[in-house]
Amino acid sequence: MSVTDAPKIVTQRRHYDDSFTQERFLATGGYDGARKALKMTPPEVCAQVDAASLLGRGGAGFPAGRKWSMLRKADLAYLVINGDESEPATFKDHLLLESDPHQLIEGAIIASFALQVNQAFIYVRGEFALGLERVQQAVNDAYAYGALGNDIFGSGFSLDLVVHPGAGAYICGEETSLIESLEGKRGFPRIKPPFFPAAIGLYGEPTVVNNVETISNLPWIISNGGDAFAALGETPSTGTRLFALAGHVKNPGVFEIEMVKNTFRDLIFDPSLGGGLSRGGSLKAFIPGGVSAPWLYEEHLDIPLGQKQVDDAGSMLGSGSIVVMDSNTCMVRAAWRITKFFSKESCGQCTPCREGSGWLERVLYRLEHGEGRIEDLDLLLDLCDNISPGLAWPPQQTTICVLGPSIPSSIHSAISRFRDEFLTHIKEGACPHG
Amino acid sequence: MSAFSPEMRTRAEQLVAVYPQRRSALIPLCHLAQEQEGYLTEALMIEIAELTGVTPAEVRGTVTFYDMLHTEPVGRYVVSVCTNIACLLAGGQEMLEHAEGKLGIRAGGTTQDGRFTIEEAECLADCDIAPCVQVNSRFVRTTTTDALDSLIDELSSGDRSDIPPHGTLIRVQRSVGLVADPKEVEAQRTKVRLADSKASS
Repeated sequence: MSVTDAPKIVTQRRHYDDSFTQERFLATGGYDGARKALKMTPPEVCAQVDAASLLGRGGAGFPAGRKWSMLRKADLAYLVINGDESEPATFKDHLLLESDPHQLIEGAIIASFALQVNQAFIYVRGEFALGLERVQQAVNDAYAYGALGNDIFGSGFSLDLVVHPGAGAYICGEETSLIESLEGKRGFPRIKPPFFPAAIGLYGEPTVVNNVETISNLPWIISNGGDAFAALGETPSTGTRLFALAGHVKNPGVFEIEMVKNTFRDLIFDPSLGGGLSRGGSLKAFIPGGVSAPWLYEEHLDIPLGQKQVDDAGSMLGSGSIVVMDSNTCMVRAAWRITKFFSKESCGQCTPCREGSGWLERVLYRLEHGEGRIEDLDLLLDLCDNISPGLAWPPQQTTICVLGPSIPSSIHSAISRFRDEFLTHIKEGACPHG
Repeated sequence: MSAFSPEMRTRAEQLVAVYPQRRSALIPLCHLAQEQEGYLTEALMIEIAELTGVTPAEVRGTVTFYDMLHTEPVGRYVVSVCTNIACLLAGGQEMLEHAEGKLGIRAGGTTQDGRFTIEEAECLADCDIAPCVQVNSRFVRTTTTDALDSLIDELSSGDRSDIPPHGTLIRVQRSVGLVADPKEVEAQRTKVRLADSKASS
């Protein structure tokens, strides 16, 4: 099977050296979608996004149209674009922010008009210095061109767009934590339900938070119609999607391909995409959707790249990032490093996550360094169970946000599949991989 | 007296004016303070509190939550080496250890001359060019220890003017106010209409 020939939607300008400039943007259909949207009514724009059945591209995969329809009616509401990309091995929004910031602004205009919101924010991860500069320059250019500010393109619609830098915290990718951060606070996720941001968000007003890639799809959807988008992929996973491929592959990178019609095997092994394993050997495991996702293996390679299909296999497509690990990988080390990440990034509000992640990290550290005990395997699983009861998928939650229940994914995967490796570490008193 | 320089104080006030509620300017102001001093001094945090209408304790509370905000001096160049999963598979841990050896400090430490700080970073979202290294939040794409050595030598001898000192995050300033001046908008409109009519004729 070969990779399907779908149009490039969000990466259509990527091959130009000057893809980030307003000149290139305007010369390649820039603002066509926004101009068209501004001549429609807001419900008509929403109807196109509904017809596209665009799923959120941030990680949770919630339908964007439905998220919009939940926005509480109020005089004041906000749009916040989430560009705080920090799920390990996810690097697609980084590409979009640096390579096509004008497309993102056009998407922001379309979304804001559809929602009748006059104030929007782009929250960009603080570590993206170049991305922040490119987006701010693009915003300045858009104001000068009349695409932002008062009376955009003579439509009577006005929008102010603020570029907001983060300051280094994984948790701020979670939408309520991002809102807290945008209010100048520590990035502590808010308790929900009952009130989601659509009801009580930024400054207590109704707020829609959408991912950068989600918003970047809007210009194409309005220009070409929601049905054209929905014709790609397969309901409910329509359109194309950016997949960030990393680890032991020949050509790591970000690839925009059609959803569902292609498989993990295509993505990892097709010469036009991943190109196969970089060091030979065989495939040991791959993480299908960011490190919060349970691992998948050789027997899962033919699963289509669709949200439902991966859910059914007991994992998730999440943020669309795939980490490939070959037969030479120490799985104890991999699980330890991922857990160390969660331990460092836990915001500290909830005891199971704050304490549990640290305990898990220390137990995994001693296992990896040859000081583990046989009881440690049960101890790890017991601790995981305290954070996410039953170790089920989708996970049960004992915490305010989903960071906690994401911690057991890699540990549970590693122990279930590679128990022997843990035993070898204990028996030999060292990591066999050195 | 202002802890911000007169120029920075002006920029600080402009930043506050951009937001519907001024406390939202807190993190941008912290970046601005770091651009001036390299880290957040007590006096700067107090002034940020005044500017944003919160207490100094709230500013400190926020500052200590975020990795990029420092309450102690750090090096002119903060070298961040990622060791998270994708970089781990590509030798990120070895790269970090190499940087530590080269500069004679451990991760988290700063060289005695105040030139370099090393950080062990979490995923920096550039995983196809691994292991990922940033200097002052700029991707430098040195994936071999030799390339990292050359980079550090260049930074030491001042040959990398493309990398501003630590703290200077965004060199592009917002050029417009909260809502653009109506007269300015009308002038731009006229310009666009002229260009459009030219294009269609």
